[in-house]
Amino acid sequence: MNAEKKDELQDFLRQALPPVNSEATPQRDLWPAMQRRLNAKAEQPAAPAFSGWALFDGALLAGLVGLVAIFPAAIPLLLYYL
Amino acid sequence: MENEASGALHDFRHGSAESFEAAFETLFHQHQGAVFGWILRITRHPAAAEELTIESFWRIHQAHARFDPAQGFEGWARRIATRVALDWLRARNRENELPLENCLELIAPAAGDPAVSAEIRSKTALAFGRLPPKLRITATLAVVEELPQKEVAKALGISVTAVKVRVFRALRLLRKELERQGIRP
Repeated sequence: MNAEKKDELQDFLRQALPPVNSEATPQRDLWPAMQRRLNAKAEQPAAPAFSGWALFDGALLAGLVGLVAIFPAAIPLLLYYL
Repeated sequence: MENEASGALHDFRHGSAESFEAAFETLFHQHQGAVFGWILRITRHPAAAEELTIESFWRIHQAHARFDPAQGFEGWARRIATRVALDWLRARNRENELPLENCLELIAPAAGDPAVSAEIRSKTALAFGRLPPKLRITATLAVVEELPQKEVAKALGISVTAVKVRVFRALRLLRKELERQGIRP
């Protein structure tokens, strides 16, 4: 694309999308909404003690204990791979 | 006023929990107009710009420990607001919505070249709205808003060369799309 074509396209684009009025301001004071957002976060209950990963780790551990209980002969094999 | 501003910046970064909240409120009132205006330039949607201004200040509130006073609050806030607006554009793209409704009253009147019909303007705007968000945001700021490329690069966290490349790619894609619709700019 040469410079002349590029300038033409830029002019064309400015015709289609004139710049936004730089003096534009919010139609209301946004502070009350901001406060509500901050307060909502403060009132949220604490995150559960077990996250998704902790539950997944627990399930893996339970599976491993179950496997060892059913097949004790697997213990040396597990130790080898640890 | 200047003392109040520098005091607020100090408390925002280093103050106790109480003085931090007061500093945050002061900074919010000082900068909400600028952040709103910046987001409006990108989104061209006043209602969304209000919501995104709140989202930007929410992220500012959460990230205050990373604020570097040497870099200045306005530039930092602008970078965060740019990322928030970019996320919004991406979500809109996924939803296949177009960005030009409800914003006519805040957009400056068109230059009014009679050679460019309203239909062609509308098709150009729609084609522009379908560009990838990263290209669209860069072209909006650098071409439509005619901001200095250095300023655009700083807000987007990229180099001036990357801004030039993105503008070039945006215009090339726009030209292709318009030509596909039988419009030759």
